[in-house]
Amino acid sequence: MPMRRDIQFMRNGRVVHLDGPPMLTLLDYLRLHEHATGTKEGCAEGDCGACTVVLRRVSGGEIVYQPVNSCILLAGQADGADVITVEDLAEGSALHPVQQAMVDKHGSQCGFCTPGFVMALFGLYHAPHRANLDRHAVNDWIAGNLCRCTGYRPIVDAALAACGDDGNDKFAKQDDAAARALAALDDDADVFAGTDQRFFAAPASIAALATLYQQHPDATLIGGATDVGLWITKQLRDLPKIIWLGRVKDLDGIADTDAAITFGAAVSQEAARRHLAAIDPDAGEMMRRFASLQVRNAGTIGGNIANGSPIGDTPPVLIALGATLMLQAGNATRTLPLENFFIAYGKQDRAKGEFVHSVSVPKLKPNERFRCYKVSKRFDQDISAVLAAFKVTLDGNRIADARIAFGGMAGTPKRAAATEAALRGLDLGKPETWDTAIAKLDSDYQPLTDQRGSSAYRSEVARGLLRKALIEIGGKPTQATRVVGIREAANAS
Amino acid sequence: MPPEVVDVPLRIVRTSRRHDSATRHVSGSATYIDDMPEPHGTLHLAPGGAPVARGKIKSVDLDAVRAAPGVVRVLTAADIPGTNDVSPVVGDDPALADGEVQFHGQVVFAVVAETREAARRAVKLAKIEIDAETPLVTVDEALSADLNILPEYRFTTGEVGAALAASPHRLDGTLRIGGQEHFYLEGQVALAVPGEDEMLVYSSTQHPSELQALVAHMLKLPQAAVTVEVRRMGGAFGGKESQAAQWGALAALAARLTGRACKMRLDRDDDMIMTGKRHDFRADYQLGFDGEGRLNGYDVLLSSRCGYSADLSQGINDRAMFHADNAYYLPAANILSKRMKTHTVSNTAFRGFGGPQGMMAIERAMDDIAWTLGLDPLDVRIRNLYGDGRDMTPYGMRVTDNISPELIAGLERSSDYRARRKAIAAFNADSPIIKRGIALTPVKFGISFTNTFLNQGGALVHVYKDGTVHLNHGGTEMGQGLFVKIAQVVAEEFGIDLEHVKITATTTAKVPNTSPTAASSGTDINGMAAQSAARIIKDRLTDFAASFYNVPREQVAFRENKVFYGNHSVAFSELILRAHVGQVSLSSTGFYKTPDLTWDQAKAHGRPFYYFSYGAACSEVMIDTLTGEMKVERIDILHDVGKSLNPAIDIGQIEGGFVQGMGWLTAEELVYDAKGRLLTHAPSTYKIPTSSDVPADFRVALFDGANREATIYRSKAVGEPPLMLAISVFCAVADAIHSLAPGRRVPLDAPATPESILRAVKAVAQH
Repeated sequence: MPMRRDIQFMRNGRVVHLDGPPMLTLLDYLRLHEHATGTKEGCAEGDCGACTVVLRRVSGGEIVYQPVNSCILLAGQADGADVITVEDLAEGSALHPVQQAMVDKHGSQCGFCTPGFVMALFGLYHAPHRANLDRHAVNDWIAGNLCRCTGYRPIVDAALAACGDDGNDKFAKQDDAAARALAALDDDADVFAGTDQRFFAAPASIAALATLYQQHPDATLIGGATDVGLWITKQLRDLPKIIWLGRVKDLDGIADTDAAITFGAAVSQEAARRHLAAIDPDAGEMMRRFASLQVRNAGTIGGNIANGSPIGDTPPVLIALGATLMLQAGNATRTLPLENFFIAYGKQDRAKGEFVHSVSVPKLKPNERFRCYKVSKRFDQDISAVLAAFKVTLDGNRIADARIAFGGMAGTPKRAAATEAALRGLDLGKPETWDTAIAKLDSDYQPLTDQRGSSAYRSEVARGLLRKALIEIGGKPTQATRVVGIREAANAS
Repeated sequence: MPPEVVDVPLRIVRTSRRHDSATRHVSGSATYIDDMPEPHGTLHLAPGGAPVARGKIKSVDLDAVRAAPGVVRVLTAADIPGTNDVSPVVGDDPALADGEVQFHGQVVFAVVAETREAARRAVKLAKIEIDAETPLVTVDEALSADLNILPEYRFTTGEVGAALAASPHRLDGTLRIGGQEHFYLEGQVALAVPGEDEMLVYSSTQHPSELQALVAHMLKLPQAAVTVEVRRMGGAFGGKESQAAQWGALAALAARLTGRACKMRLDRDDDMIMTGKRHDFRADYQLGFDGEGRLNGYDVLLSSRCGYSADLSQGINDRAMFHADNAYYLPAANILSKRMKTHTVSNTAFRGFGGPQGMMAIERAMDDIAWTLGLDPLDVRIRNLYGDGRDMTPYGMRVTDNISPELIAGLERSSDYRARRKAIAAFNADSPIIKRGIALTPVKFGISFTNTFLNQGGALVHVYKDGTVHLNHGGTEMGQGLFVKIAQVVAEEFGIDLEHVKITATTTAKVPNTSPTAASSGTDINGMAAQSAARIIKDRLTDFAASFYNVPREQVAFRENKVFYGNHSVAFSELILRAHVGQVSLSSTGFYKTPDLTWDQAKAHGRPFYYFSYGAACSEVMIDTLTGEMKVERIDILHDVGKSLNPAIDIGQIEGGFVQGMGWLTAEELVYDAKGRLLTHAPSTYKIPTSSDVPADFRVALFDGANREATIYRSKAVGEPPLMLAISVFCAVADAIHSLAPGRRVPLDAPATPESILRAVKAVAQH
């Protein structure tokens, strides 16, 4: 396999070659190296979106425009992409339609968040669903962009106005040329920029990844770096060896069969969201809420598992659904139930040199029902106080079996063994018989108090959510049980 | 009301104009301080914070810091040639801690290095030993210890004890009101450029003149040798009124000591830890009222967490007291304010400046009365409004411009309040888990700095030979649209198009001794000053044209980029050229001071405000009684900006202020641990509203009416008042909870996070 010794991406029609340093963020590349200061740093942790840029890539034969947070994206992760920033949109003095709409609708006040919004909306302008947008869809698209001045209404108006045209901006006109230029960058080479002591590597195959990671088991694997990015920008940790999974062929595959969906570890959260929504709308809604579009575009499903966070939102959902995890070290693979991967806080069942290969998620059978709930101070782009996921197997109106997993309730994503047992045999038509089983949650979980919620609150909410799930599975429409995430609306659309 | 004094058709003011920088904002070419080309050899600072909240500094070992790669110098208190203070008033905010620390994260030293990254990495190598003492963190702890940062202050009117005793109904209660992080998107930043014996500081500050004075004192320079400039801020909201100073002063100190340009831009987490926030309050109150819900007496103690130093806490707590009545007449009142010292960051100005907290208590009181008497809370509010014979505030100012009854009636109709209240009751009766609530609450907000001398503005206007106008004034642009409004005023005066007025950066070198851009006063005082400057030049031009063209002065008029004289006209630019040849001065300063203010702080009596801004909002919410989650469903706002100078800008202020207030009262929660450490110091843990938190059904209208006082084109201030419209959201949440147990009082504290809501749900259900 050929080896390439530098990172390469497009900027304004030219190829940029970088050979380090491995921890350089794309934002610092733009602001400190290019002196292109239109893109702003608001928080340096991927929560405010002021640093949003768009990566234009070829994916599945199509040109895609992906908004990402450049503050926590390493420059190497732009390899193979066309990096588009706010300075690039206008043609001379003619503003881009999203820029003009932002001006016309009074969408900026202080202006500091504005370049990020403009780039998010530029991505929306090129999104497949641009033709049938509503405020709800725009809200989701900009959930990762914070504005402290306007109250957002004019920005949403600007999005709707801009996306009302034919979409044929100067970028759409260049898409063919861009595709050719990007194809020229799309080699099969394993990228290794740096030295054996300090490098940014992007292997092109699973075999190359396995070999490299065996050689450097002390390297940091990154999928989207949406968490590792903060180790760099906030903790100022030195990560001399970085292996990015974004170029590994076959690690970003999705195998969707009648019985299960198997996600390669490097599948983006945004791609996974669409498939999980097909299993159950609640799973899709959880994926929508737990991370902004920018984070979902960069972040991976494998990363959210391998990271091992007790407050990662995907593991409880996947555990309740009965997912199995495949790990690989060298040529050897093994599988295990996902819940067994999480041993203790900060400790996972992953050996030196072993990486997450894929996760397989069974689909629901006709007699299975699924519900999940995310409770947080803010609905969008917030870390959960409690994340609850329930899969209930029905035998008529009785509960034959239940799989329950919670996040935020223990040091790991954890199943509720005692509660699951107590639920078996319960009649969904008799709410007065549920209390004992619901109270079992208190023996399954002894949550902590932190800034997201007190122990007592978490326990109270956990019980409330189980009751809510049973009420809903018993037949109550969710308009009567929820303030957000109405399932009937999701099914209708 | 005096008649409108405007006698010519208006073309530029009172029209919607886009923000002057809108095109630059969307293009990425609006330059913030961190975007400016750096002078050759610019160094970068990073702050080193105290590892504990309180204690004597035993030792600071910075050897490893000094030896770190890229480090040029390390600053400590001993390096300051002059005064080690960055406070706005009292002199109690050291730029670098000296001898003791009083809050977690207080800056003890600063690293100056070749790159920002090198400076930040070096900071981590410091070894600071502190003889730690137990900090006082909360208002309650400070009250127990009776530790005040400033003396208590009181307004009294009537005999409140007797009024309470004589009332047929009495209640007492406590409300806790959380603080708020500003979360301006552009963090604190300054760039200092040393001159020969001068210092130029670019700072993201609302108060350039104050920073100028502080830098002069710190560096032992005359104020005339220090210039502070700011073109724009990426948001401020009060957070850059006094607390931008420390970073500008440290950058200037480093520039003085190294002889090189020095920049200091805080990391977001450092910014949130090291700069103050909105004060959190505890309100303890007693009410006496009649069977109709009218207040006879209101006795309230407003205790606030000021933090370790005074900062602007006097004015902030005073303003809480000035708004303890909100829009309601208090026949007898005792309003007592305690300003508590805690070992936390010094809390500071934030949009509303204490007013919102004062209002929250009386709005809770209105709900308490309604819940107790079984009345609609809106009826209780209406019955308590100021009115004829009920127009004296607790601080001795008569309310002469009271439009609350009319404004509320208008919103009651347009929001369809009564029908919706019925529909909500019907919905709730059939909905055991989800409950809806609605509330319509008023705002009356006093406009003027309560520190009367600050009510002055200055401007500098030049007209150049090509007829273009250079506009400068004392106000700063933080996104609020001040610059375009003042440019509109000047363009209107000269009868020229807006694009001929060049807006320029605020600088202490052009307009001296300015007040902060705060208290919603920016347009009122600087707009008048700019108008005055323009009028002085226009007067000279009128004299010149009358003489040059031999027409009476009355026949000279400026409009449509022309100057009309008799039946003829000449291009404005041509007249300017002729006037220049005719040796006419084409430059003038302008000055304005707000008239008629008489505040006696010692007697707590007088007229602190020139006028009041009014508004009202109706909010509808729904809550989940199993989780405490809440969603805002609809908002209706009717707000008074007098005759709007720029309706598009004003509506932006109203909507943005409302959403910011909604965040304060719902999802935005500051959490400190028992050791005084702020746990919510990043947007990952501190949640300001996102777009989806704003309901699609958001109806905003401007109240049709002119300011009765002679403000600039009869407009009214708009910066702060709309924030308090969001109290309607909080009250609507309480209303939804109240539906669970009608007649019971709802012990909901702010912010109404899901946890706070669920706690209140449990409390009313289990009573």
